[in-house]
Amino acid sequence: MSTPEIIHAHAAPQGFIRKYVFSLDHKVIGIQYYFLALVAVFVGMFLSLLMRIHLVWPTASIPLFGDIKPETYLTLLTMHGTIMVFFVLTTAPQGGFGNYFLPIQIGAPDMAFPVLNMLSFWTTAVAFVVMLAAFFVEGGAPLHGWTGYAPLSAIPSSGPGEQLGADLWILSIAIFCLGSLMGALNFITTVLDMRAKGMTMMRMPLTCWSWFITAILALLAFGVLLAGGILLLMDRNLGTSFFVPAGLSLTGKMIFPAGGFGGDAHFSHAGGSPLLWQHLFWFFGHPEVYIAILPGMGVASQLLSTFSRKPIYGYKAMVYAMLSIGFLGFMVWGHHMFMSGMSPYTAFAFSIMTMAIGVPSAIKTFNWLGTIYKGRIRFQSPMLFAIGFVSLFVSGGLSGPFLAQPVLDIQLHDTYFVPAHFHLIMGVAAIFGIFAGTYYWFPKMFGRMMNETLAQWHFWFSLIGAYAIFMPMHYLGMAGHPRRYSQLTELQYLAPLLPLQKFITYAAVATIAGQFLFLFNFFWSMFKGPKASDNPWESTTLEWTTSTPPPHDNFGGKVPVVNNGPYEYSVPGAARDFVMQTDPPVGSGH
Amino acid sequence: MATFTPTVPGQKATAGQGGGGGSAPPRRGGGGDSNRGSGGGSSNYGERLRRARLGLACGLTPILMLFVSFTSAYVVRKGLPTLDATTNQYVHDWLPVNLPWTLLIVNSLVLILSSLTMELARRDITRQAALAPAARIPGVSLGRERHFPWLSITTVLGVAFLVGQWMAWRALADRGFYVANTPSSSFVYLLTGMHAIHLAGGVIALLAAGAIALLHRPLDNRRIVVDVTAWYWHFMALLWIYVFALLALVR
Amino acid sequence: MWAKSIKGIPDDMGLALLAIIWLITLASTYFFVAKTWWLPVGASAAAPWIDHQFAVTFLLMGFIFVAAQVTLGLFSYQYRDRPGQTSDYSHGNNKLELMWTVLTAILFVGLNLMGSHLWASERFAPAHEGATKVEVTGAQFAWYFRYPGPDGTYGKVNPKDISAEEQNPLGLDASDPAAKDDVVSGVMYLPVNREADITLRAQDVIHSLFIPSMRFKQDAVPGLLIKMHFTPVMTGDYEIACAELCGLGHYKMHGILKVVSPEDFDKWIASKEAEKQ
Repeated sequence: MSTPEIIHAHAAPQGFIRKYVFSLDHKVIGIQYYFLALVAVFVGMFLSLLMRIHLVWPTASIPLFGDIKPETYLTLLTMHGTIMVFFVLTTAPQGGFGNYFLPIQIGAPDMAFPVLNMLSFWTTAVAFVVMLAAFFVEGGAPLHGWTGYAPLSAIPSSGPGEQLGADLWILSIAIFCLGSLMGALNFITTVLDMRAKGMTMMRMPLTCWSWFITAILALLAFGVLLAGGILLLMDRNLGTSFFVPAGLSLTGKMIFPAGGFGGDAHFSHAGGSPLLWQHLFWFFGHPEVYIAILPGMGVASQLLSTFSRKPIYGYKAMVYAMLSIGFLGFMVWGHHMFMSGMSPYTAFAFSIMTMAIGVPSAIKTFNWLGTIYKGRIRFQSPMLFAIGFVSLFVSGGLSGPFLAQPVLDIQLHDTYFVPAHFHLIMGVAAIFGIFAGTYYWFPKMFGRMMNETLAQWHFWFSLIGAYAIFMPMHYLGMAGHPRRYSQLTELQYLAPLLPLQKFITYAAVATIAGQFLFLFNFFWSMFKGPKASDNPWESTTLEWTTSTPPPHDNFGGKVPVVNNGPYEYSVPGAARDFVMQTDPPVGSGH
Repeated sequence: MATFTPTVPGQKATAGQGGGGGSAPPRRGGGGDSNRGSGGGSSNYGERLRRARLGLACGLTPILMLFVSFTSAYVVRKGLPTLDATTNQYVHDWLPVNLPWTLLIVNSLVLILSSLTMELARRDITRQAALAPAARIPGVSLGRERHFPWLSITTVLGVAFLVGQWMAWRALADRGFYVANTPSSSFVYLLTGMHAIHLAGGVIALLAAGAIALLHRPLDNRRIVVDVTAWYWHFMALLWIYVFALLALVR
Repeated sequence: MWAKSIKGIPDDMGLALLAIIWLITLASTYFFVAKTWWLPVGASAAAPWIDHQFAVTFLLMGFIFVAAQVTLGLFSYQYRDRPGQTSDYSHGNNKLELMWTVLTAILFVGLNLMGSHLWASERFAPAHEGATKVEVTGAQFAWYFRYPGPDGTYGKVNPKDISAEEQNPLGLDASDPAAKDDVVSGVMYLPVNREADITLRAQDVIHSLFIPSMRFKQDAVPGLLIKMHFTPVMTGDYEIACAELCGLGHYKMHGILKVVSPEDFDKWIASKEAEKQ
């Protein structure tokens, strides 16, 4: 049953610290990233739960937490968004799975720069600690939302949490940028330089393509966010005026910059542009959306093919679609700013480009359906989540063309329609990608199978729950319910919407409860699950050719040589219904 | 059931040692640190150098993006009329900075010179590395080689540039241009400051290369560090020329 | 070998997926089609056009939504693993792929172009002559509406003069003659069927003037004067919200737009002017 293990690893580290803490092994680093994201996702989820409770019962007091005031609500919202986007959606699929499986899937013994890899994880971890620290400083965490629009974020007196908390928030993001850039550099070099013999670019699993393209996006986008963060920190602490216009008055008091240089009492801000921050932020922010969702697309493609026992439909089209999504993703940032006072003429261009990005997205959906068409679908838990991913991707994607039209944005911008859209597509769909990846790769990572029944319950809770939470938000948005409102008590036209908000809160509580099934299954299976074989899903890619879990150098001293494309399932005339990438060449072999 | 798929007969041959496949990366390095135990074989070395250069090229991209962002902010802000809140009229409040030209030109020359010495250091160590195998053959003498301390000179010039920049900032402050008191001076400090931080990183890399030399670590390691630092250094010189041109032309 | 690892998967999983995906699709679509929650009543001249564009987009996207979800559910059931089911070895079809790409490109870009003339009429041209001039100022956490008075010119404001105690929330400069007849109100009055020529300002942070029934939304950005216009066509009271996060009181930054007959509007302005003297 088991493969005789010949491990020739030269530098398998000894000792707990080198092996599990400051490890250079990409597999350990991948698991570290994954656990960081797991902690972050439960923190983020807890914050959202508090938000939902305050929203419908504004006077409720939470045990162990106390009253939620309107500013607390905004703090929760800011930290929920920031933690989820940076420390979950960017960290888990790319840092976690990417780190663990990219080298194995291309047949490399490790990442190109192991030390840099370790540094990028620990940088990210430090960023997370700094982010959480914002909760505990005087004034608390910032309330300016995850987008941090200046001048709200640039003036320390604009609200509670905008003092030290906001500085820590910006600092954390800047540190995170550095960590992500190091990671991206590593991913790109690894893909370009470390592929095994025969592993041409067009034989890479689509997961590798998605990690590769994500890394390119990260490399180009995070530098811009860093630039914005530096300018914002300077505005806040050195008294510059990049984003702060002249002559601001806050509740009747003129605003003077912090630490005015030259000791001039009349020294004032001098005409910065709040829109400049938005441009810099969204130039990063939109590619970030694709950074979050692309790895999910990769995983979904891999799984739909594997569990349908069918080659992926249109491999090349999938690659080109991801490339064009990444490319177009840099030209559409302005669609977040249709109502911002930006020139209405540029809205035209941004709008057309945004619609254009719908085309590769549609190609992907078409190909996913084409993949399961005439397949032989096995409904193990990874596949359930992959199918759920497609469903959510379609639902979340189709509200895009509403928001991409400036004229409809007049009504929908900054209403609940927007959170509905992005939660479905970059929130829940991406999380479904992460879940699918977890159920799929857990056996390889931890050597044991997860429990199928618990996984199925988890799937139904998550799928139905996600729709129950986010579908009604479209209705709220159409009715004109602005987002980021801590209560519905002030505007009269919001009163009839309260029952719907309550429904969403109930759905959220149930969905969050369902996530503990996953948590339990995860840790229980890690120790008590049935032992996994080397290739429990009968997959074709390289990680399934090596032992479970993989040895220190990934292939136990062997060197994989790749002869086949990544998705050769049900090849006519083959002995089995799957042909591994290392098997003798068959079929199209592309 | 063994899931490691049966290998093709031909595969066994190449499975032995990395590099057999020509483009295949080293296999035997073992997960953690592929530098270990590789013994400095030349093919392995070439791959490491190429990989390091590729990594550097990737690493320079975000630096480029950082300066692209600053540049666009600079150009936009310069052209942007701002609202005078009292009159509700848009006004131009851009005040060109009176830069210490002489000092900056001297600094530029120092940096360009350092780029030249860096290149000489890079070529020197490349030559050493090329001759190293021959020098190891017993009885073969290549004569006493004179190693000019190009690396140290570059480091000194780099530090000199940073000191020069510091003097330039002092000169700006003496002329009444502080970090925050005019929009244009904010950008001058920002662009020159960010460049200086990145250059300081290069100086640290040079010191690291020097430390490697002192510690008698393998020549290959030092050569890779010097090579990559050299390209980084050239990039910094180009970046400075760009920043200088931007400040000079877009005022 | 396989039977062992597939343990724990109910036989009717494909059917369950079909049922649930279809049910979700049905439930989601029902509330859209039944218009249980829908756009608020449209009371501006542009509202019918915007609503029409919304409806067209909704129909097209709704069709794709239902088609894709129904197909997904159907395929999951139809092609489930069962005895006798074989898998088709195919790497895709370039012609189909190309056709699909071209179709979606035409659909998405066409939809966009359809709505573009609306956007142009809303935002490219300035307000017409004779429109009601209103300057809207956002401040933490209230909206202020200023009418220029008989002289048709807004007087100077100075941030230094802003004072709640002296009831000068905008900082009107008393020394400027043009400011003498300016009317500042906490309620927005507009005459019906006459275009409103809006100038948007913000004193502190970004706010967004959102009047759902007027299909109107525009950020008020400090450091920018933003000109907008819309025409109310129905008298009545309409709520104004703030749609850009502006601080801890964001949720209670609201106002009222009263669309009245031109006569009532003139009366109101006159009474406010009288109050000032």
